[in-house]
Parts: sequence; C-alpha cells; structure tokens
Amino acid sequence: MGERTYRHIVRLEKIRMAYGNVVALNDVSLTVGRDEIVGLIGDNGAGKSTLIKIMTGVVTPTAGELYIRDERIDLSHYSVRRAHDWRIETVYQEKSLGEKQPLWRNFFVGRQITNRLGFIDIKRQKAITNDVLKNQIGFRGAGFDADSPVQKLSGGERQGIAIGRAMHFDADLVVLDEPTAALAIGEVQKVLDFVRSIKARGRACVYIEHNLAHVHELADRLVVLDRGEVAATFQRGEITLTELTSFLLDLQKRTMGGAG
Amino acid sequence: MSPRLTLDRVEGLPIIVVFVVLIACFIVASPEVFLRLPIYMSFLTTVPPVLVLALGLTFVIAAGEIDLSFPSVIAFSGYVLAMLYRDHQLVWPAVLAAVAAGALIGLINGLIVAYVGVPSIITTLATEFFWGGITTVISGGTSYSLRTVQDTSMWAVFVGKIGEFPLQALWAIGLTILLWFIMNRHRFGEHVLFIGDNANVARVVGVNVDRERVKLFTLMGTLAGFAAVLLTLENRNFFNTQGQGYLLIALASVFIGGTSILGGQATMVGTFFGAFIISMIEAGLTATGIQGFWVRAVVGLVFLAAVIFHLTMEQPQRRAKLAGVFGLRPGH
Repeated sequence: MGERTYRHIVRLEKIRMAYGNVVALNDVSLTVGRDEIVGLIGDNGAGKSTLIKIMTGVVTPTAGELYIRDERIDLSHYSVRRAHDWRIETVYQEKSLGEKQPLWRNFFVGRQITNRLGFIDIKRQKAITNDVLKNQIGFRGAGFDADSPVQKLSGGERQGIAIGRAMHFDADLVVLDEPTAALAIGEVQKVLDFVRSIKARGRACVYIEHNLAHVHELADRLVVLDRGEVAATFQRGEITLTELTSFLLDLQKRTMGGAG
Repeated sequence: MSPRLTLDRVEGLPIIVVFVVLIACFIVASPEVFLRLPIYMSFLTTVPPVLVLALGLTFVIAAGEIDLSFPSVIAFSGYVLAMLYRDHQLVWPAVLAAVAAGALIGLINGLIVAYVGVPSIITTLATEFFWGGITTVISGGTSYSLRTVQDTSMWAVFVGKIGEFPLQALWAIGLTILLWFIMNRHRFGEHVLFIGDNANVARVVGVNVDRERVKLFTLMGTLAGFAAVLLTLENRNFFNTQGQGYLLIALASVFIGGTSILGGQATMVGTFFGAFIISMIEAGLTATGIQGFWVRAVVGLVFLAAVIFHLTMEQPQRRAKLAGVFGLRPGH
C-alpha cells in the first residue's frame, strides 16, 4: 500500500462540537496535506484537544464532515480502530501508554496479534517490539526491553515509544498532543527529532504545542484556534516568532477585554 | 540470566511462601489434624466456591472496579436452582438457569456502570440489596431442603467424589487455569489490565472501554452463579442468606494474593493461593483450639496486613513513608 495519491490526508469541514450548551468547536475547517506538519496552537480551552479527538475517532462531533485521503467518512461509524485502519495514529501527552504494562503490550494493545480465539501471540509481539526498540527508535542499550513496564521509562523515552509505535504501524498521519510537555531539555530535542523524521518519511503530522519556539521551528503551517474557532493560519516563513508571540498576546488581550 | 531474575518471574511467589509457612505452622500447632488427609479434603470442598468468586473478582479489581453484589447472586442463583429442582424436577436446565441468572445480574450491573455511569461500588451495593431482597421475597424467606439432589447426575458431576477427591476442586482448578490464560494471554485480559491502569489510555488506544466493562461484570455474575451451583449442591440445601459469609473472604482472597487495589495489575496464581490461605486460617485456627470468636478478628488482621505488605512492595515511596511514621530512617 505504498501509493499515496491523495491530496489531503485529513480534511475537516465545518466541524461543530457542543457539550450541552457549551460549544467547544464552532464551524472549524482544517486540512492536512500529505507530508505536512501542521502546528495547532491556542490557549487552554481553545478546542485543540477536541479537534484532534474528532480527527482520531475518540469523540464524534455534533455536526460537520470528515474526509480521509479525500474520501468522505461516515462519522457515526468512525472510531479509534477505524482511524488505525486508515493509518492515523495519535500520541497523547502522558496519556497514550499504560504505566504498569510492559512495552510489548503497549505496542499492540487495541490491535493485538491473536489467533482466532483471541489469544495473543506473545512471542511475536515481543520480537517485533524488541526489533522496533533497537532498530527503529534506536533505544539500543538503553537498559530496557519489551518486557519492561512503562513506569521505568523517562518522559522522553515514553514519547519515543509512542511515536515509534505510530511509525511501526506505518502511520500516514501522526497526531501529537503536546509531546514535549513536562520533559527535560535534553529529551525535548529527541522528541523534536522524532517529529522531523515523520516528515522525512513523507508522512503528515498534526502537532499541538505550547512552546511557540518549537512549533514555529517545526511546522509547515500554523493554525491558531481561539474559543472554538480558527483565528488565523500562517504558512512557514509568513510570520516571525516575535510577531507570532505578539499576535497571540493581542488575541488573549482581546479575549479578556471581551469577557470583562 | 541470574537466578534472582528467574525467581522474580515466578508469579505469586511471596504468597506461595506464605502458604507453605502457614501449613508448616498448622502442622506444628496441631500435627494430629494437619498430618492427615481429611482436613485437606475438607479444604477442597469448602474452598472452591470462594475460589470461583475470587477469580472473577480478580478481573473486576484488575479493571479498577469492584463488585459487592455477588453474595446476592449466590442467593438468587441458588434459589433458581433449588426452585427448578424441587418444584419442577429439572436437573441440567436448573444448572443452566442458575448460571444464566448470575450472568443476567452481572450484565445489568455492567450496563449501569458502563452506560449510565454510576460507579461500580454504588451500583453493586444497590443491586446487592435489590437481589437479596427479591430472593427473600420470592423464596418466602425459608430454606429448601434438597436431600434427593445427591442422586442426580449434576450432583455427581459438580460435587461428587473420585475416591476421596471432591470434584468441585477439579472444576475450580480447571477454571483457574482457563482464567489465567484469559487474563494473561487473551485480548480481553489485556483490555481489562489497561482499563484498570488508565481508562483514558485504554480509550485512546482503541479499547472499547464500555463494552469491555459490560463483559467484565457479566463474567463476574456468571462465575458467582456457578459458585452458587457448587455451594447449593454441596449443602444439599438452599437458604436465602447463603451468600452472606462470602463477601469478605472472597475479596480478601484477591488482595492477600497480591492483586493491586489500584487496578492495572493482577495475579491469578496469587488469588488461587489467597483463597486457600484465607479459608485455611479460618479452619486452622478453629482446629488449633482458638476460640471461635477470635477467628474473624484474626482474619481481618491478616487481610489488612497482606494489603499493606503488597502496597509497600508495589510502591517504594510508601515504604519510605511508612518507615518514617514508625520513626525509622528509610533504608537504602
């Protein structure tokens, strides 16, 4: 399945998400190109997390349309598993690995290699996990293997595992939700390298990040969300980091002014 | 691989050691009882219902949930079995109906927990009262004597004996092995562990958390229904409070075995030995001549000690804190 002839890996149109009276997203449209890194920025509660949860099948929007590889998706049947089938993978901040479970379980949970009765082929899962750890993520000699529980790993290693898992399953789109939050500086670089390697392989990435310097450096396109709506879109080079910072500060001032 | 590492990989090793030490203590305390076979055969008839319940509870607790309704399932399923046998002369259909009744109660628990969103401790406390009450009402609060049941094929199959060996032990051991494989090797067991570890993680990696929770409580109800069959047949009697003694010892079996109350981790081997340990303490204390009313106090104490032991093993920072409480310096 090597051919990628589509234009957009994901296209969201007029997405609306309401929880009772609270509107989390209002008429949001977003496209992600085949090998594009889209940086999603905005204040807490701007709707970033909700938007990616819709994209990856965790929640179903109130209204709107979703296209994957330019094909319209029936949202009522969309789920995390369907997203996996479409090779859309998510790396959530601190929330994509089971702490007490060994790496081989974390790698395959949700799509285990099983026989017809549902029993897991542990040997194969462990072998593949070890292979990915050594040869793809480059965790050779890091002092852990497929049997190690996640709680033994550092924050950066965890993100590495989660991204490595996405790569192993040949993701065409990797969605990253604040992958560098709460990481030591040395580890942040590792994660940023992982993100670059996604693009280097010709895959797309949606990247939520609070650190403006990181996202400004990495993203091909920046999408600013504000109170459930798209406030602005910038192509790479269209805006400097300083300008971006003051733009966001202005946005925040306006928000607070409106509220007061 | 160092020998220590190999020992670490023996599931439930600490609890097996405790089990062996406990037997040794009882042998020293009353050799005339514990160096002979009958006491062990007696354990093999009394432990199976506890073990079957504890196996189900291990899944429930591993998923970070709790089920308090199984004593009433034992009453209700026991009533279904007794009533169908006594009033309608049904044998195997009665067994099926009793197990199905347990499954249905479990299914209802699961639907309430997963889809209505009521925490399992509240849901199952309520259904414990509800089904207990229903059983008392429809059974008229009386007991059913089932003396002729021992001439039936179901009695021979479930609680008969091969020589001295009680068959319910064989059923319980068979179930332990099957459920060990489900927990450790099957997709369902893995989903249960991830839900208990962190339900949000389970959801984002594609586990259908709600559906698995329904399955979980249905499994527990089914096993409680089966425990009711074993118990009612062994007693050749049904009485509407027959499940009440099992709440504490079934839960204690799981925690003594080393399954974490925090969820995300489970040991079926631990539960197996935990069930024997808790039942042996009850029987063994009585056999060593300690007065009966002390037994429950000791059981409660052992339960608490075991939970603290496992909790400190699991979380080193708690160990340090505990040492601090007792004025000791944390060891290195």
